[in-house]
Amino acid sequence: MKCQLCGHADAVIHIKEVRNDAVTELHLCEKCAREKGFHSMLDQGKASLASQFIWMAENLYPEGSAKLSGVQCSDCGLHYSEFMRTGRLGCASCYVDFGAQLKHLLRRVHGSVRHVGKAPGKDGHLYERRQRVQKLHEDLQRAIEREEYERAAALRDEIRALDATRADSPSAAPSPGEGGGGEDGEA
Amino acid sequence: MNDSGSQGRGAEAQGQGGGLKTSLPVAEMLQGEGLWFHEQGPLQDAILSTRVRLARNLKGHRFPPRALAEELDRIMQRVSQGLAQVPEFAQTELYPMESLGALERQFLLERHLASHDLARDGRHRGLAFSADERAAVMVNEEDHLRIQVLRAGFQLDECYAQANRIDDSLEAQLEYAFFDDFGYLTACPTNVGTGMRASVLIHLPALVLTGKIKKVLAGVGQVGLAVRGFYGEGTDVLGNFFQISNQITLGEKESQTLLNLERVIHQVLDYEEKARDVLLKDAGDQVRDKVMRALGALGHAHMLSSEEVIGLASAVRFGVTLELSGCPRVRTLNEILLCAQPAHLQLMAGHEMSSRERNVQRARWIRERLAAKGC
Ligand SMILES: [Zn+2]
Ligand SMILES: [Zn+2]
Repeated sequence: MKCQLCGHADAVIHIKEVRNDAVTELHLCEKCAREKGFHSMLDQGKASLASQFIWMAENLYPEGSAKLSGVQCSDCGLHYSEFMRTGRLGCASCYVDFGAQLKHLLRRVHGSVRHVGKAPGKDGHLYERRQRVQKLHEDLQRAIEREEYERAAALRDEIRALDATRADSPSAAPSPGEGGGGEDGEA
Repeated sequence: MNDSGSQGRGAEAQGQGGGLKTSLPVAEMLQGEGLWFHEQGPLQDAILSTRVRLARNLKGHRFPPRALAEELDRIMQRVSQGLAQVPEFAQTELYPMESLGALERQFLLERHLASHDLARDGRHRGLAFSADERAAVMVNEEDHLRIQVLRAGFQLDECYAQANRIDDSLEAQLEYAFFDDFGYLTACPTNVGTGMRASVLIHLPALVLTGKIKKVLAGVGQVGLAVRGFYGEGTDVLGNFFQISNQITLGEKESQTLLNLERVIHQVLDYEEKARDVLLKDAGDQVRDKVMRALGALGHAHMLSSEEVIGLASAVRFGVTLELSGCPRVRTLNEILLCAQPAHLQLMAGHEMSSRERNVQRARWIRERLAAKGC
């Protein structure tokens, strides 16, 4: 396969992106990959993905990046443009203040913008409940969009039931069957 | 050798209380037994080591790249107190990296205990590691905490279980930066979520020799994993060693990430086995010859460079896989890869050496190691 940029050298780096159900592929030769900042995938030494990340930020969302470059973190004062240069955030608030743009990037790198793994144990059970409520809200939104009103009503009841137990003990809530079908069906 | 090295970790641990000690027990480490690379691990002829690393930051503090010196020093103090409560680190110290000499820092890098970055710039940074050197915690590297567990052979679940335990005990004393949606917050967004990077160092000589490696690695790259080869002077892969690790840390549970990696590694090992069968059928004698010549060079050369050793150790390791007689144990080969590195040789000798002196010393050390009983 030939490189998509220069068109003559063999492609050695293959990048595949799935976004909004559309698959984009990028095939680059070593030289072009280096020029585009994918050298971390080629080089030995510190295999930092940061440079790749920056490349994505600059090349794929130029509009968003330009708008944000002057934005500053309200806590540590990091400019978005500096994040673009270094690939490093300054503090927890950066995740909030640059949130919208970060989500684009995170979806691209990880294919997701929502954590599902381990959580600090101190409020682990609360975290699980929050995750669950959040998911129900999203399902509800989707049900409404699809005009599945019966399902929406059921979801609303479920959310209400969870809200009602908020003040209770941390006993794991039994997970009711998640209304079969419909979820992954279409679109 | 300076006498601080012979003091032993046990003695130092007596005077605790968050005090930061300055000397590394180098002599003890060089002669250490029962270290991670001495153990027998599953699939050890093909898989050198497995590592799981967790990135964590403390709540209410800026990430290290943006924190001020005093803040970093405060974090060192807090982590030092926290580590005293973790069984793995209760008997050891949090070594301030800046108190160590360049050679000692290089030694820790060669030992896989410190990262490049930590070895290069030690200011306001620290490292603690367990007596068996399986578990280590880097402080104020890119993130406040980098918890790592390293083991011989293929031991993903074991590594994660231990890293997870250490994480739990640290978290009981330190509050982490965590958001519901983003998970554990990290300085670099490529680590956010689980903060977990699991990696496997794998030996794939038959795939390299049969030219199938590129195709296999390209396939690995397409399932959310990253592959790194180790290159020498040219573009040839050095020693046929590859590191395969997960790239995704957000939106996937740790168990799922580990399972994916495990599946892919088994698949790659299957390909390697098929390539080996083809190779032996087509060029069995040439392969055996290559292995035996490498064994001869390792055991008899007068000078050996680092790169040469990696190549030779790879060939001999292939001999172990092929069950050729006369090959040393995998454990010995692991030791050679680790201990014949520049800082190791110089610390063993007790003085700095030129590259020529090192090459002579390296060859001598390996010769003696291979001549030892039961190697
Ligand atoms: Zn090109
Ligand atoms: Zn910030």
